[in-house]
Amino acid sequence: MSFKIASSPHQHNQKSTAQLMKLVALAAVPGIAVQAYFFGYGVLIQLLLAIATALLCEASVLALRGKKVKAKLLDHSAVVTAVLLAVAIPSYAPWWLVVIGTAFAIIVVKQLYGGLGNNLFNPAMAAYVLLLVSFPLPMTSWLPAAPLQQQSLGPADAVCTIFTQFSCSGYSISQLRQNVDGVSMATPLDTLKTDLAQGYTTTESMDKPVFGWLSGEGWFWVNLAYLLGGLFLLQQKVIQWRIPVAVLGSLFSFSFIAWLLSPDTNASPLFQLFSGATMLAAFFIATDPVSASTTEKGRLVFGALIGGLVFVIRSYGGYPDAFAFAVMLANMAVPLIDYYTQPRTYGHKNKGAR
Amino acid sequence: MSIITALWALGILAVIFGAALGYAAIRFKVDADPLVEQIDEILPQTQCGQCGYPGCRPYAEAIANGDDINKCPPGGDTTIKKLADLMGVEAKPLDAAQTPAIKRVAFIREDECIGCTKCIQACPVDAIVGASKQMHTVIVDECTGCDLCVEPCPVDCIDMVPLASSIERWKWDLNAIPVKVLES
Amino acid sequence: MPTLFQQIQAGKVWDFHGGIHPPSRKERTNQKPVALLDIPDRLYVPLRQHIGVAGKLLVKVGDRVLKGQALTQADNAMAVPVHAPTSGTVLAIELHTSTHPSSLAEPTLVLTPDGMDEWRPRKPLDPAVVDNYTLLERIQESGIAGMGGAGFPTHIKVNVKQPVDYLIINAVECEPYITADDMLMQERASDIIAGIEILVKLLSPKAVLIGIEDDKPIAAASLKAAIGQKDNYFVREVPTKYPSGGEKQLIQLLTNKEVPAGRRPLDIGIVMQNVGTAFAIAQAVLDDIPLIHRVVTVAGETLAQQQNVLALIGTPISDLLTACGFQAEQRQRIIVGGPMMGFAIADWSVPVVKTTNCILAPTEQELGAVSEEMDCIRCSACADACPASLLPQQLLWYSKAKDQDKLAEYNLSDCIECGACAYVCPSEIPLVHYYRVAKAEIRETQREALKAEQAKARFDARTERLEREKQERLERNQQLAAQRVAQQQASGQAAQSAAAVQQALERSQQLAAPALDKAQIIAERERKKAEALAYQQQKQQSAATESAPAQTEAATEDPRKAAIAAALARAKAKKLTQQEPETQPETAAEPTQVEAPAADADAKKAAVAAAIARAKAKKLTEQEPQAQPDSVAATAAEPAQVEAAASDIDAKKAAIAAAIARAKAKKLTEQEPQSQPDSVAAAAAEPAQVEAPASDVDAKKAAVAAAIARAKAKKLTQQEPEAQPETTAEPAQVEAAASDVDAKKAAIAAAIARAKAKKQQNSEPL
Ligand code: SF4
Ligand code: SF4
Ligand code: SF4
Ligand code: SF4
Repeated sequence: MSFKIASSPHQHNQKSTAQLMKLVALAAVPGIAVQAYFFGYGVLIQLLLAIATALLCEASVLALRGKKVKAKLLDHSAVVTAVLLAVAIPSYAPWWLVVIGTAFAIIVVKQLYGGLGNNLFNPAMAAYVLLLVSFPLPMTSWLPAAPLQQQSLGPADAVCTIFTQFSCSGYSISQLRQNVDGVSMATPLDTLKTDLAQGYTTTESMDKPVFGWLSGEGWFWVNLAYLLGGLFLLQQKVIQWRIPVAVLGSLFSFSFIAWLLSPDTNASPLFQLFSGATMLAAFFIATDPVSASTTEKGRLVFGALIGGLVFVIRSYGGYPDAFAFAVMLANMAVPLIDYYTQPRTYGHKNKGAR
Repeated sequence: MSIITALWALGILAVIFGAALGYAAIRFKVDADPLVEQIDEILPQTQCGQCGYPGCRPYAEAIANGDDINKCPPGGDTTIKKLADLMGVEAKPLDAAQTPAIKRVAFIREDECIGCTKCIQACPVDAIVGASKQMHTVIVDECTGCDLCVEPCPVDCIDMVPLASSIERWKWDLNAIPVKVLES
Repeated sequence: MPTLFQQIQAGKVWDFHGGIHPPSRKERTNQKPVALLDIPDRLYVPLRQHIGVAGKLLVKVGDRVLKGQALTQADNAMAVPVHAPTSGTVLAIELHTSTHPSSLAEPTLVLTPDGMDEWRPRKPLDPAVVDNYTLLERIQESGIAGMGGAGFPTHIKVNVKQPVDYLIINAVECEPYITADDMLMQERASDIIAGIEILVKLLSPKAVLIGIEDDKPIAAASLKAAIGQKDNYFVREVPTKYPSGGEKQLIQLLTNKEVPAGRRPLDIGIVMQNVGTAFAIAQAVLDDIPLIHRVVTVAGETLAQQQNVLALIGTPISDLLTACGFQAEQRQRIIVGGPMMGFAIADWSVPVVKTTNCILAPTEQELGAVSEEMDCIRCSACADACPASLLPQQLLWYSKAKDQDKLAEYNLSDCIECGACAYVCPSEIPLVHYYRVAKAEIRETQREALKAEQAKARFDARTERLEREKQERLERNQQLAAQRVAQQQASGQAAQSAAAVQQALERSQQLAAPALDKAQIIAERERKKAEALAYQQQKQQSAATESAPAQTEAATEDPRKAAIAAALARAKAKKLTQQEPETQPETAAEPTQVEAPAADADAKKAAVAAAIARAKAKKLTEQEPQAQPDSVAATAAEPAQVEAAASDIDAKKAAIAAAIARAKAKKLTEQEPQSQPDSVAAAAAEPAQVEAPASDVDAKKAAVAAAIARAKAKKLTQQEPEAQPETTAEPAQVEAAASDVDAKKAAIAAAIARAKAKKQQNSEPL
């Protein structure tokens, strides 16, 4: 028998980083399922591609950096990044898009900054922004939701489309994007933006088939599913309430005020909350611990900043959905936010390290 | 025409900013210690002379006059880093061979000492007491561990011994604790 | 808006930031009565079990001690004694692995119990009639130091001058597993309340707040029952949350006040004591039972019986575990303290000490070992859990970077090392360990900075001195040369000598080195002798004026000088012991002369010279002078007086002297009173006077000097005050002066000279 020396505390909470990451991935399942239902099986293939690329890149960079490959791979953080990116890009985007994106996320945004915990930006969102500015067309080529699709696509079609850009029956992406009326369909946010720019009122625009109950056809359910997943994460204490509440709250408030002032040119707050990537971003992306603010107050500020930026970009910016930009901008502000929101240490009069 | 306007504008701006900066430089001037003082603060004050100067202050003066900052073995990397920060230069690795990281103090084997006082003359901080033809001893609390007394001793009775560890000075080095193995 | 006191009266309890809820596992031990164990075969009583300094050892190896007998004596305010936990024999006083995370060895008294458990006479006090001073004295004498954690001497904490608003009794015991205080409250509530009443008498607070977690309903009920109808006693149940038992956290919970950073609770009118301490105080005062035992929770799934035991201080942990049916695992962790703040030990022979509240021997599944540390993901779980509202992840970052400025900026010093952050960290980063290392390094840096400052000062002083001496030498040489030129010219031996002198002059000017020729040396010596003589006469005069305070300035100006003096004393002693015993007056005078001017120079040098005294003494006592009958008349004075002096000294003093100056004592007794005739003429009187001043010093002074600090005492007596009639009288005076020194100064000196003292003290406890 020999004695083992260890430093206190000798007791640990059993939740490890790997478990947290697994829970995040698990919580995304309902959202992914609904997404697959409405927007095709493509998302599943994108997921597989992204995860494979992520693991490969992570492993090779770790090996190059001379780190313990296995231990670090098993923290599952690369998988989470891959999942977030895969669900964020259009389901039938060409395969190289997601591969480039994931590789960029893992190699450049994460590992080149020093690996898990040291990256300034949220890897998934940074990669998304890269893809969006580099390949705007495929990145905005969302298919309409299943009920609106002209052709229904099976799993085989998904594979064909992603790898060849033509479905098994030979339709190109742009053909697939046409709805039953033969009109090429943009996402609801896109449509609304275009329509408003053309002088339609929101109500007029909302009559289009791409909009469903409350928000876009299908998009409402996707958001609802991610909301459920997010609540699960909250319940599991994987994430704290501050960031999602702040994101949603500030998005809601901004859009509510705008909507009150001019209901004709502004979408309703609920539409904002259940459109695009709102719930995914609020619960899964903005809460990424590494690139978010670390103080309690800071998280509120950080979330509110994202919500506000999203509203501004959605309403006045050039891109239809804005979460990636908003998150990245907020990431940049994190050091500042952290610095100015340090808690007051017990027994000190002044706040934080100033 | 417009290009001239632009040039004028830039020129005027340049003058304004220049003036503002100049004013700020005078107005908010930080009254720093003279450089030598600051450097001397950073140096460990071992007075060992291993830098090639007779004490820390002369070396501080030399650094202020542009000598290398990496000549102080007792200070080690921390001192070099601080000096680099202060002087605004790159930190370099230590010039001399690495000194042992453990703190050491001189210890005179008192039985062997012949009382020649050579070590007293060598010690820069008067950490050795004794008188001619009498045994000498080191005041542990004052010894800076500079090694300077070791060389001059004609009978080699001075050792550098690691400073005894104590509970107060213990640095939580758990790995250094010998673990007892028991027969079970 | 109700005042704070009204709110407290109304039963309001506040909250603190963060905190965690680890599984408490207290149910395993909090229903079984506290078990009594057999007296173990050996007891290891560390001489220092609290923050502060060890007391002075009162017993020696082989002594029989009675239960409750003090083994050490508090000789300054920060010291508390330790007591024999049972009757028995002192087997050894040695270094033994300490009950401290470092496992470093500390002086420990090993006691072999005789099984009779025989008490020393006890003198209970009635707190109603005795005054506060007596109570405080009793608390200190009973060795009570905070039993909740750090072991801060209680008598200091409750000896307050400021008014105290609230006395808070910490009965929270928030660490998992530990139920020692819980059981104490269940079984001995009335004693605890009696202890609290004594504290109330000492502190006169506005109210007594007893904070207890709401998972101890039985304990709370028994406390309430024991309090009965007393006014202004409030038992406040706080929600179970770790670390609500932290001093600062409990203050916040009960009063909503925060202790300002770097201040003490007393500064906001609060004194906190642990229930265990209150109990110990009651025992000490009412029953005169010093702190010789305490309740220890022994828990962990490797044990057959998890229970609380009443363990004697000094019981090896191995005994406790074995008594509870310990089945070790392969890589067993044994934790002293709770799972959150306790430390693992490497050697299970370490004893239970006053602050040991729990011993854990968990299985691997029970308290999972830490898996590999991963990267921080900045999840801030740590910041959310931190009761001090720190940002542990930032602290971690800067600890790793060793950025001490930033660490200070982020208030590392306010970390209470509770471990909440490391508990929640999903990356299993041992955060607290990083902080401890960083804190230790910061302390080290501060020490270094201090030392560098001193070194610089010393260096400057030395440079200046060398410069001055050089200057003086130069001047002297010139003078001497000029004189001689004049003399020689006068006596007509002009040219040749003049040339030589001229040369010498030049040389001295050029080299500024002590290149004196023989004549100069002699001349100088003469001068120095004269100087010394004058000095000593002057000193003797002041010595004759009874108190000799004139010299104290020399010897005591700086405590460090005492250390120097001590060192030099040994030096001198050695040198002289090596010398042939035939000391001739002239040659003997030589070293003195060397030193004498030094003594002149300044206080420090005086001390240095003083040291020589001891050397002389030693030498002469070591001498085996062959007695020659005829000259006895003149010289027998030596042994005779030595003896006389020795017998003069009262028994106590002799004992002290004997104990302290080992070598000296031994030799004195061994010595055959034979003396050497002629050569000792001058020196013979020496030892006589060695003792003379010692015996002159009145008993009290000697006792004080001896008691102050072992180290100091040793040195004082080592630097034997022997006075040479002609040239070395002054050291004796220095010595006399030294014993005059008031206790404080000597204590300081002792502390400084500790390194030395320890060495000797370890070598052979006398
Ligand atoms: S005693 Fe020796 S090692 Fe210590 S400071 Fe003096 S010269 Fe240096
Ligand atoms: S140099 Fe050596 S022999 Fe000479 S005094 Fe110092 S320790 Fe003694
Ligand atoms: S809990 Fe651990 S991983 Fe999370 S921020 Fe703190 S140190 Fe980093
Ligand atoms: S150990 Fe220090 S930093 Fe960690 S939670 Fe406790 S007080 Fe906060």
